Amino acid sequence: MFRWFGAVNFSPYTKVGDFAQHLRDGRLMASRCSRCGATSFPPRADCAACMSGEFEFVPLSGRASLQTYTKITAAPTGFEKLAPYVVGVADLEEGGRLLAWIGETIAEKEIAIGMKLQVVPRLFEELEEIKVYYTLERPGTSWSVVER
Amino acid sequence: MARVGIIGIGHGVFGRRSDATVQELAFEAFRLAVEDAGLSRDEIDASVIGSVPEYHKQRSLAGVVQEYLGLNPKPTWLTEVACASGSAAIRTAWMAIRSGVHRVVAVIGCQKMTELSTPEILALMGRVGEVQWESIFGTTFPAYYAMFANRHMHEFGTTREQLSQVAVKNHYYGARNPVALFRKEVTLEKAGASEDVSSPLQVFDCCANADGAACVILADEARARHAPKEPVWLDGMGCATASMSVLRRPDLVGLPSATEAAAQAYRMAEVGPNDIQVADVHDCFTIAEIMAYEDLGFCAKGEGGRFIADRRPYIGGKVAVNVDGGLKAKGHPIGATGVSMTCEIVKQLRGEAGERQVPEAKIGLTHNVGGIGQYCFVQVLRKD
Repeated sequence: MFRWFGAVNFSPYTKVGDFAQHLRDGRLMASRCSRCGATSFPPRADCAACMSGEFEFVPLSGRASLQTYTKITAAPTGFEKLAPYVVGVADLEEGGRLLAWIGETIAEKEIAIGMKLQVVPRLFEELEEIKVYYTLERPGTSWSVVER
Repeated sequence: MARVGIIGIGHGVFGRRSDATVQELAFEAFRLAVEDAGLSRDEIDASVIGSVPEYHKQRSLAGVVQEYLGLNPKPTWLTEVACASGSAAIRTAWMAIRSGVHRVVAVIGCQKMTELSTPEILALMGRVGEVQWESIFGTTFPAYYAMFANRHMHEFGTTREQLSQVAVKNHYYGARNPVALFRKEVTLEKAGASEDVSSPLQVFDCCANADGAACVILADEARARHAPKEPVWLDGMGCATASMSVLRRPDLVGLPSATEAAAQAYRMAEVGPNDIQVADVHDCFTIAEIMAYEDLGFCAKGEGGRFIADRRPYIGGKVAVNVDGGLKAKGHPIGATGVSMTCEIVKQLRGEAGERQVPEAKIGLTHNVGGIGQYCFVQVLRKD
């Protein structure tokens, strides 16, 4: 159900589609190659190292640090109502990177490159259909305390 | 190894061209290039069109351009690698000539962008980020370069003022380029106090969407030596890629594709960065030009901010960079841009650049980036 992922989803069909179900259930998952054990975030079905097509999902702690960020004022079609919003690129503790909005537990003036973060799975509560995403929050924030 | 020479160039006026279709824009540039090369159209063996198809209603653009230029039944095809489509077209033509398949090839970069609205363009361009894991958060094209800028500032102390200094330089030279979109100088104060687009980037840090076309005509060595004007040789041709996703890049303070493409081009031309006298680099955003100084080896990594602050990329400095105004002032009709860069360097090496002429220029360079560095083409051009 990868179409659940994102307010606007551009790629509903993928071999790593179960990622979205896991996210709905509060788990942030990476992929791990069943043959050579290489892990990847973002997840990928086909191993970049050994080319195997067999993989499994493994949970991540969500602990991360901020690599860089920007506050987007000029938004693209479909996101105008959300603007301005801050997106950050986070380096995950277990390896890999993730791009997401910086959430409400972090005030804009506190945002600093290198700061510690927690990736938190989220649901768009106001939408009837299931729409999942994740945000970058203050360390210690759990997925159950943000609006879900 | 046999050389490939540029024997003709043509450049239309960039801007909001509500007076013309894309094939009409292509014709303007083509006509000028054919005249410049002193050719008859029959001598052209093929054309390669650099353009990004998503912006046009016409499907399969190469066909309509080929017909309008009067080049049927000669072959044509389109190259697409986002904002580097023009340089990809030149590389393809160079390969066709080097392989001996064709002797004379016309390369036309052309694009009409302004028929779409700005949010539509932001959405379209933003999807040159990875759509599965990034675009769902409303990322835009400026947002990626903004994130490079913030990281660059964090690691190297690059300043907001240094970003503006790039805009000031490019507008200074753009004001002296008759084909530029913005022919007006800006002050440092104005450049640093414009509306936010994606922090820290403001309006004056961003190039403008534009319509336009440029054309170069390439020929094999023997034919090039019979052209009325002294040919400019494509002596170093570099081309490289980097991951589509910024999440899989080694760092976010430069473009690994640019470093690799530059190394290839320098090696092939047997020159180094210190030999380059004039360069057109891909300043889609001010930070992109600062990273280009570093990626091309004009200065060390991290010193790009100081390089502009010390006026090293001005005429009379270490290397004249974007003295046609760059994408910033000239405008960025994405498919045309790479071809426009090559036109400018040819002009400079021929000594035809008028009041923005770099004195005694013999060796020049172009650096054309596709997307957020997924593709990069570097050319070293030389006059004998």
